[in-house]
Amino acid sequence: MSVTINSRQVGDVTVLDCAGRITLGEGSSALRDGIRDLVGKGNKKILLNLAEISYIDSSGIGELVSSFTTVSNSGGALKLLNLTKRVQDLLQITKLYTVFEVLDDEAAALRSFA
Amino acid sequence: MSTTEMDAYYDSTLDSVDVAEEKVNHIAVHMGFPEEDVFRLGMAVREAMVNAVVHGNRYSANKKVHFKVSRHPRQIEVRITDEGAGFTPEEHPDPLSEDNILRQSGRGVMLIRAFVDEFVVQPARPAGTEVILRKSLPAAPGTGV
Repeated sequence: MSVTINSRQVGDVTVLDCAGRITLGEGSSALRDGIRDLVGKGNKKILLNLAEISYIDSSGIGELVSSFTTVSNSGGALKLLNLTKRVQDLLQITKLYTVFEVLDDEAAALRSFA
Repeated sequence: MSTTEMDAYYDSTLDSVDVAEEKVNHIAVHMGFPEEDVFRLGMAVREAMVNAVVHGNRYSANKKVHFKVSRHPRQIEVRITDEGAGFTPEEHPDPLSEDNILRQSGRGVMLIRAFVDEFVVQPARPAGTEVILRKSLPAAPGTGV
């Protein structure tokens, strides 16, 4: 199983609802392509909803970092929503919890882009 | 006394990574590892297999990954050997340093070390790298063992 990514717009924030596994190969490529596509279209506020992400490996984490950098360098912001305990632990181990803004409530997350 | 649970040669493909992870998860479940330990071991094996396939063997159709799982009384041991140019973890950039925190890659070995009890990297003969991952069953409650 790879990853499925569904996009929805809430005001000027693009929410990407991700489900499945973000691992080296299809999963990480799908995330990369999705983010680049949004940035290319001028979307600068991106919220990654990872509630249904059951698994992410170091390549997937690398794509999260790359996405963060891509969006930030374009003058935008990328934030993470609803991390599972396992994904939270991975971000703690890799010290990326200090890099990403992580939220657990969508309404609050959307307001945070203001 | 140990038992060899599996001893296989895999193609240098991402499918092999999936297969290896699934196999070790299955063995770990049967050994009685708790769910979270199974997950962590599986992830460590995945990371080690990716290193062997991608960085060691560079997806070469002419190179195999040797995958061996042994079962000890209270420990599982996984040996993964590639046919690459060799690898020295000490020369690997620290992914936690400020200079590297936003690098896209380089976190695999760190995750392996975080998820298993022992991680050994050594040259393989005649060439390549062998990594050994060992994880012990948690102590039974009240036994101190």
